[in-house]
Amino acid sequence: MYNEKILNEFKNPQNMGELKDANAIGTAGNAKCGDILQIFLKIEDDIIVDASFKTFGCVAAIASSSIATKMVIGKNIDEALNLKNSEVVEELEGMPPQKIHCSVLAEEAIKKAVEDYKNKN
Amino acid sequence: MQVYLDNAATTKVDREVVLEMNKFMSEIYGNSSSIHSFGREALKHVDSARNSIASHFNALPSEIFFTSGGTESDNWAIKGVVNSAKQQVKHIIISKIEHPAVLETCDLLEKQGVLITRLDVDKFGMINLDELKRSINDNTLLVSIMFANNEIGTIQPIKEIGEICKKEGVLFHTDAVQAIDTQDIDVNYLNIDLMSFSSHKFYGPKGIGALYKRSGVKITPLISGGHQERGERAGTTPVELIVGMAKALDICAKNRFEINAKKIELRDNFIDKVLKNIPYTYLNGHKKKRLPGNINISFEFIEGESLLMMLDLFGIAVSSGSACASGALEASHVISALGVKEELAHSSIRFSMSKDTTIEEMNYVYEQLVIAVERLRKLSPLYIAT
Repeated sequence: MYNEKILNEFKNPQNMGELKDANAIGTAGNAKCGDILQIFLKIEDDIIVDASFKTFGCVAAIASSSIATKMVIGKNIDEALNLKNSEVVEELEGMPPQKIHCSVLAEEAIKKAVEDYKNKN
Repeated sequence: MQVYLDNAATTKVDREVVLEMNKFMSEIYGNSSSIHSFGREALKHVDSARNSIASHFNALPSEIFFTSGGTESDNWAIKGVVNSAKQQVKHIIISKIEHPAVLETCDLLEKQGVLITRLDVDKFGMINLDELKRSINDNTLLVSIMFANNEIGTIQPIKEIGEICKKEGVLFHTDAVQAIDTQDIDVNYLNIDLMSFSSHKFYGPKGIGALYKRSGVKITPLISGGHQERGERAGTTPVELIVGMAKALDICAKNRFEINAKKIELRDNFIDKVLKNIPYTYLNGHKKKRLPGNINISFEFIEGESLLMMLDLFGIAVSSGSACASGALEASHVISALGVKEELAHSSIRFSMSKDTTIEEMNYVYEQLVIAVERLRKLSPLYIAT
């Protein structure tokens, strides 16, 4: 059901854990539905210089979180706000239909983190 | 090391069974309905397999009907009883933790006007016998309660249920798919009228099972198109599968006592070790009234599918009650029915042992489990929150 790319991302996730000097945090999902994605961003001059994640969820949720953090590092916050879940899916070379909501949660968590930053600044 | 702990999903076919089946694919390959010598030879073996299977359950050979497996038998038993009943109002009682083959069949019948009562279970997965008694009324045709649960392994008080049904004059069907290899089943002692089972759960081939139907019980056929199985179930008799199932059942019955004792010891040691040493872990199901090979534990703060897949990376095959693992949106209906927090239902893992599972395998699984749980908890935003 999962392709190699997703399984590899799950096996070797990048940017795991809490980012110590994060200045923006976004959370999506809830434990009842079985997925919670938390994204930590370090933003300097509207540029995302570092990102990390913590995820309670399935293989697709963990892979989506990992790839999404990789995708936003180096981007400015407006670019990050425009990140679409379909781009996350594309980067993972496809996802089972019933797992697409995991990529949506990744998009949502990134957006919430950027909004968190905007609210603070 | 590779460890298969998903024997409740399916088992490895016993070597002796494979050898027996080979004979019926390459040598005794006739259609048992043919009247020539090839057919007669095949029929002889089908008859003897039927006799042997019936004897294991203290049933008559004429009460055993071969089907494609548990799902068909469940469908047939329930729809068959409903369709053959003449009365206007029809009522069926099941439990909330039945297999989907029973649950969804009843959902379908409900849409057609059949009244369905779904009994609650307690936190161990046991139905309440008083609630069952209270639920039976003049319109009740059938009580269908599984012998043992496929996810949490809880064994229901089948004898008591059978007694109640007999006293009240309603039919009793049990889905015994998970129970055949480890439980001693006498359909007369237990007052079972209909019983479904499936060969691949007890080291036999896939695609074959049976419905036990007490003589005199009327059910309409589900599959039409031939006179096989005394006109009750059409379709060419799969001789090699039937012979394989009979052989597998023989082997199970022979070593049942020793294998059960071994599995129970491995099971209880593993459960104790996990609950004692890995914090925030909870056993799902009953401590004692559970299948010898079933272990089901919730690992709080971890989603079940990710734990399943991480164990898979270590060569260990298990299953999970999480929504993700099943492709559904909701977590296991069985774990949810126990009244545990929904989060914990998403966090459940089932380890199901076979007769060949060793202590070395269970030790390896425990070691890898500790690593996997730690790794995933480090990743979990919920773990920090507590």
